[in-house]
Amino acid sequence: MPQLDMSTWPPQLFWLAVTFLALYFVISRVAIPRTGGVIALRKSTIDGDLAKAKNLNDETENAVRSYEAALADARAKAHAIALENRNKLNTEIEAERAKLDAALGAKIATAEKKVAASRDKALEDLAAMAAEIAGEIVQQLTGATVTKAEATAAVSKTLGK
Amino acid sequence: MSTAAPEHGEKIIDPIHQFVINRIIPIDIGGVDISFTNSALWAVIAVVCASLLFILTPRNLIPTRLQSVAESIYELVHGFTHDVLHENARTYFPFVLTLFVFILFANVLGLIPYSFTVTSHYVITLALALVVFFGATIIGFIRNGFGYLKLFVPSGVPAALLPLVIVIEIVSYFIRPMSLSIRLFANMMAGHMMLKVMAGFVVMLGVTAGWLPLAAMVGLMGLELLVAALQAYVFALLTCLYLNDAMHVDH
Repeated sequence: MPQLDMSTWPPQLFWLAVTFLALYFVISRVAIPRTGGVIALRKSTIDGDLAKAKNLNDETENAVRSYEAALADARAKAHAIALENRNKLNTEIEAERAKLDAALGAKIATAEKKVAASRDKALEDLAAMAAEIAGEIVQQLTGATVTKAEATAAVSKTLGK
Repeated sequence: MSTAAPEHGEKIIDPIHQFVINRIIPIDIGGVDISFTNSALWAVIAVVCASLLFILTPRNLIPTRLQSVAESIYELVHGFTHDVLHENARTYFPFVLTLFVFILFANVLGLIPYSFTVTSHYVITLALALVVFFGATIIGFIRNGFGYLKLFVPSGVPAALLPLVIVIEIVSYFIRPMSLSIRLFANMMAGHMMLKVMAGFVVMLGVTAGWLPLAAMVGLMGLELLVAALQAYVFALLTCLYLNDAMHVDH
């Protein structure tokens, strides 16, 4: 077995020490800073990107939220304005109608008064006319002269007044 | 997997031949043989490949394929080092990563035909295991003083059983470097010998029936690739556990 040939041990051990120390030097001075650096850089980049993505996502959500809030606000404002306008119009309409009612009422009242006056006058005229006619009829039938006052009194009496 | 040119049939199917150490450049300093061998060559190739993987790969935010390999290795070792060692992970991570990468590349490169598997020699795995063992022991005594000896006295054991348990704990502690090194070395050697024997069958049976062991070899190669990676993982993970024992004696 070549492994048991002790004359080969010193060169093997010597070159093992040389190569192992050389590799240790390369690994500790170059490989670990290099590879570890890349891995750390990648990790920080990924973490940074994730944080950025999260920030952007939060921003978007905030924007959506503020948009929705603004929309609700505008809707409420529009509703309030509409309500106010309706109320204003309603009061205006009421006022107009009241004014019109009052004007119409006044007109109706004067008209009624006029009608009443006309009727009274007509009745008066009618009574006067009746007294005159009655006086004339009496004169024609009896030849007696009846005074206007007497005729009027008679007519009034007949009419029940 | 033979490193020497096969001169006659015997050598091709000799499954042990692949582990022979050849001195490519003989060097001798003060009577100590430090020749540049085929083992040293493949250790250098493993270290160069591993270094290039980490040095030359780009540093893109979206990794390339090779960059993914380097980062996967880094993150795997980083993961279990932190899981086991917690607040001390930073200190020992470079060592554990070096251990993992060295063993992984030595194991995987050893699967290439005609290459040499550095970790198939017991002296290599034992040296690595002893570094871990003595390192952990020294760190344990520095951190805890003689309180480190409490490691051998588990709490909650009945007094009558205590002497027995202490003996078992001490034995198991000193067996750690053995199990650590033999596990890796035996896995590597057995796997390569099996592949070599199968390859020998392919040559022996020729075109008529050689495809059968060849198909088996394809499957075995996949298995050996898994074993190569797994053994590197096990070695590095156990190193972490032993270091953790040195940090926290109370168990």
